Amino acid sequence: MKTTFPQKLARGAVYTLLVIVFCGPFWGILVTAFSKHTVQPGQLLLWPNEPTLDHFVYAWVEVRAWIYLFNSLLVVIIGTALQTLVSALAAYALARKRFRGAAFVSLAILSTMMLPDEVISIPLYLILHQKIPLLGVSIYNSYAALILPLVGWAFSVFLLTEFMRAVPRDLEDAARVDGASELQIFWRVILPLVKPALGTTTIFGFLMIWDQYLLPLIAVDDRELYTIPVVLRSLRVDEIMQQNIFIAVTVIATVPCIVVYLLLQKQFNRGLMSGAVKG
Amino acid sequence: MSIDPKRWRWTIPWLFLAPALIFFTWFKFVPIIKGLIMSFYEVKFVGADEWVGLANFQLALSDSALGAAAANTLIYVVSTTIAGGLLAFAVALILEGQALHIRIIRTAIFFPAVTSVAVLAEIWRILFYPASTGVVNSILGFFGGAPQGFMSDPNQALFVVILLQVWKNVPYSMVIFIAGLAGINRELYDAADVDGASPLRKLWHVTVPGLVPAFSVVIMLSLIRGFRVFTEVYTTTGGGPAGATEVIMTNIFKTGFERLDYGYAAAVSFMLFAFTVGLTVVHVLIKNRFSHT
Repeated sequence: MKTTFPQKLARGAVYTLLVIVFCGPFWGILVTAFSKHTVQPGQLLLWPNEPTLDHFVYAWVEVRAWIYLFNSLLVVIIGTALQTLVSALAAYALARKRFRGAAFVSLAILSTMMLPDEVISIPLYLILHQKIPLLGVSIYNSYAALILPLVGWAFSVFLLTEFMRAVPRDLEDAARVDGASELQIFWRVILPLVKPALGTTTIFGFLMIWDQYLLPLIAVDDRELYTIPVVLRSLRVDEIMQQNIFIAVTVIATVPCIVVYLLLQKQFNRGLMSGAVKG
Repeated sequence: MSIDPKRWRWTIPWLFLAPALIFFTWFKFVPIIKGLIMSFYEVKFVGADEWVGLANFQLALSDSALGAAAANTLIYVVSTTIAGGLLAFAVALILEGQALHIRIIRTAIFFPAVTSVAVLAEIWRILFYPASTGVVNSILGFFGGAPQGFMSDPNQALFVVILLQVWKNVPYSMVIFIAGLAGINRELYDAADVDGASPLRKLWHVTVPGLVPAFSVVIMLSLIRGFRVFTEVYTTTGGGPAGATEVIMTNIFKTGFERLDYGYAAAVSFMLFAFTVGLTVVHVLIKNRFSHT
């Protein structure tokens, strides 16, 4: 089927409109943050105008955006790593072992998939204040409070369980005959075979943790521990700040997600699709 | 006496599960149970909590502020689901395919879906700034329109917040629809062509039925996301102006963390939780019914 010129034109117009609607605002904040021209509240520049790094330098040094960016990065990196490891260990047991209570454990973990994290925010807030049994310390107002509640994530446990089930028994048996221990089988045989699934859970975990807002809001009250999404609102509410600088902080908060997404885009789409088909 | 490895075999799965179980127990199961218990008490800061039975639940059902928040939540859920779903479907039809320029556009329009909500909220506040300098107001002004109040206008605020959710969700749902489109049997289109079907008829009789699973996922995700919406509203309007955008979760947050009425807030949370679970169960039942016939 051949497309006529007017059809091509119409398509082009629709493409342009889509890109403007979904990307335009990002372009606007980027250009404004890099331009010397001072904007009024609510204004964005369309074209770069006297490029400068001043706003970023100010945001970085005076507003101390680096602290919040550091907090966010620390939380998201440690959180994603712990979450992936803990989920993979649990998935190994659920996928490769038959044991009494397996069905109950799966059901209990699965049930938290239906649990919107928001609805447990109040008891969770009180629990973060409580002393942890055996350890005798409370994690409230620490990095641990920002990270540990996110480690147990049913989505990654189930995605990994499903992929680990598909690994043929023979590979495991062969390793066992060679005298491999359980941990070696897990680490050397199963994990390498489910790498694509690990990639998916890592990306989704990363975005999920980076996007956390309510948890950081209730887990810490020391401003030094604020993550970058939380600090945005308080910067806007507390301080009268020049618009360009505030926008520079916003850009700093946006970049890590976009970079991760662009780097791992293929994996991301595959994960989204496998989630959709199974959903 | 040596340890018999056979005897200890049963511990192996539990050792692998232990870290997960510890985290799930302390940060998920304990809060759920604690929340449920709290909802029957009036939580006191000095002295023991007072058992109030179902009073918190009764109060919730007759609370007009909560009722208004529930009504807003319902408007929010229904409009984000319908508008978001239809727009995503349309965009998926436009951007289906493997051509390079289409893949580039798909990647580019995905930015809102991977950016954190708090950032999107700040972008939204700039775009919809309620003065003639605001970006959207400037565009309106260019076409001769008067500047609007947007989030500061009680009549428009909810609409603007809904638009934010739609903006974030359309690219995400689009990918799910595109996955669905890829799964439709091409021969059905060829058969329709042989029968001389118009593009519109093909859309209705081949594409839409083939996308039922995708629609099901998109609608469900949107419903669940909508009922528990918090960050989108809290960071843009905080529930205002004059409660115009107050939703159930912002209401719970204020009752719990500003008025410190934990028991009542826990009761409302629990009702929302029960409702979400109910919704999921209904969804699964409907889905099973469809896949059996």
